[in-house]
Amino acid sequence: MSKKYEIRLSGSGGQGLILAGKVLAEAAVIYDGKNATQSQSYGPEARGGASRSEVIISDEEIIFPKAQNIDLLVALTQEACSSYYKDLKEDGILLVDSKLVTDIPEGKFKVYKVPIIDIALKETGKTLTANIVALGLVTELSSVVSRKAVESAILSRVPKGTEEINKKAFLAGIKKAEEIKKKSNH
Amino acid sequence: MKELVISGNEAIAYGAIRAGCCFFAGYPITPSSEVAEVISLELPKIGGRFIQMEDEIASLAAVIGASLTGEKSMTATSGPGFSLMQEHIGFAIMGEVPCVIVNVQRGGPSTGLPTHASQGDVMQARWGTHGDHEIIAISPSSVQECYTFIIDAFNLSEEFRTPVIFLTDEVIAHLREKLVIPEDNSINVINRLKSNVPPEEYKPFDTSYGKIPPLADFGSGYRFHITGLTHDETGFPTDDSKKTELLLNRLRDKIIDNRDRIVKTDSFMLEDAEIAIIAYGSVARSAKEAILIARDKGIKLGLLRLITIWPFADKEIADMAKNVKAIVLAEMNLGQLKSTVEAAVKGTCDVFTVGRADGEIVTPSNILNKLKEVGIVH
Repeated sequence: MSKKYEIRLSGSGGQGLILAGKVLAEAAVIYDGKNATQSQSYGPEARGGASRSEVIISDEEIIFPKAQNIDLLVALTQEACSSYYKDLKEDGILLVDSKLVTDIPEGKFKVYKVPIIDIALKETGKTLTANIVALGLVTELSSVVSRKAVESAILSRVPKGTEEINKKAFLAGIKKAEEIKKKSNH
Repeated sequence: MKELVISGNEAIAYGAIRAGCCFFAGYPITPSSEVAEVISLELPKIGGRFIQMEDEIASLAAVIGASLTGEKSMTATSGPGFSLMQEHIGFAIMGEVPCVIVNVQRGGPSTGLPTHASQGDVMQARWGTHGDHEIIAISPSSVQECYTFIIDAFNLSEEFRTPVIFLTDEVIAHLREKLVIPEDNSINVINRLKSNVPPEEYKPFDTSYGKIPPLADFGSGYRFHITGLTHDETGFPTDDSKKTELLLNRLRDKIIDNRDRIVKTDSFMLEDAEIAIIAYGSVARSAKEAILIARDKGIKLGLLRLITIWPFADKEIADMAKNVKAIVLAEMNLGQLKSTVEAAVKGTCDVFTVGRADGEIVTPSNILNKLKEVGIVH
C-alpha cells in the first residue's frame, strides 16, 4: 500500500465511533508499524448530535490529517450518511446500518447495508458493542490493517472484564464482512 | 524507544512532566481538558500537585504562587479562560514569575465554538494583557512537537523569568498520531537561576547579575515582595520615573536582546520557491500538502512555518520576501497576522491572506484556490 487510505466513522454522539477510530489508529501504528492519524469532529452534547471520527492510514508520513477523499465511510445514522457521502471517492465503500439508514444516496461507490446494531445485540446482548462490530467490518472490508492488530488494539483499550464480548462483537463483524465479500464475488 | 499513539493534549501533559512540571492548577474547558485530565493522574505519581480551581483567574494565581515556591508550574485553558487569565499574565510578566499557559484555541469571540478549531487568539496572546510588555508564544504542528515544544516553553520561561504561552489549536490538541518518546540524552532541561546570596542580602529584582535576576524560592528562608505595581530591585512599589523606565526597558530587553535565540521557524521547499506560504500550528500541515500538490504541477511553492509566533519572525520573513514574488499568509482566523507580516515585508512583495473562522481547518484546496483567485497561479 503506497497510497493513503481514509476512513470516516460517522453517526451520533455516544455510539462509540471516536473510540473505534482510536483503536484503528493504534492498531495501524503500534501493531502493524504503519503511520496513522485519528481526528474527530463532534458537538458540545455528550449524547446525540452529529459525531465523526476519521482515520488515515499510510505507509508514508501523513501531512494533512483530515480526510478529503474517503475510501470507506461508515454511517450509523441517516443524518451522517446524507451529509458525508459526497466526500466518498468514486470507487469508495459506503457501509451503513441497514435499519437506521434507509435512504441510500446514489453514486458510483459500493454500498453495503448491514444490520450492525442488530448484530451487536444478537451476538453480545448489548447494542453498545455496535462500534466494535463496525470495526470488524471495517478491518475486513478495507484490508489496510491486520485482524490481529485490530484485535490486540481492542483488547488493550476496552475495560477489564469486557474482553470476551468485545472479541465476540469483533469476530461477528469480520464474519459478516467475509459473507459480503463472497456474495459480491459471485 | 517508546512509541505511543496519543493526542496533542496528552503529549503536552507528558512533555510538561518531562520538563519538570510539578504543579498544575486549572479549570476544565473544551478543547483543553485532556491536558488537565492526564496531568491530574500523572502528577501525584511523582509527588506533584494538581488543583482544580474555581475559575481561570484563580488557576493562574495558584500557578504563579506555586512557581514562586520554586516548582515549575502550568495551566491549560481555551479562549474564554484565556481571556480571564489576562490580568494574571500581566502580573507574571511584571513579577517575573516563570510559568507556562497552554491555550488550546477554539472558535470565538466569547464562548464561540467550544468543540471547533481556531487560531483566533494570536493577537490576544500578544496584547491581551495591558501595558508595554514582550511575550513568548510557541505553536506546535504535531503531537511530537506538543511533547518537545512544551519542554522548550518551560525552558524559556525558566531562563527568562517570564510567562510563556503555548498557543496550540483544537486540531493538533485532539489529533492522535505517533509520539516517539525522546531518549533522555536528547532532552535539555533548563532550571531558573536561584539566589546564591544569604536571605538578608537577597533582592528579587537585583540587576547586578544581568537582565534576568536570580529568583529565590518562597518558603526557603527568603522573604521578599512581589507586586503588580511598578517596583525597584527590592520588589517594593515605586513611582520614580527613572526606576520605572529602567524596569520597563529591562523587561523588554531581556526578551528582545535574546530574540535570535528565542525565535524559531522551519521551512519546507523554500530554497527555490517563487511563492511562499506563511503558516503555523495545524494550518502549516495544510500548507505542506498544498505545496506538494502545487509542485506536482510545476508551481514553485514553499513554506515558512512560524514555530514562535511571538517574538515575531520579522527578520526571517524580511529575508524571505526578497526572494519570492508573493507571500500567502494562511491562518485559521480572518487575517490577524496580516499587518504584522506586511510590516516585516515592507512592500518587497505582495501579501495575500487565506483564512477562515468557521471552526474548520484551512484546507490545502483553500490555499490552492486562493493562489488562483489572486492570479498568482493560473
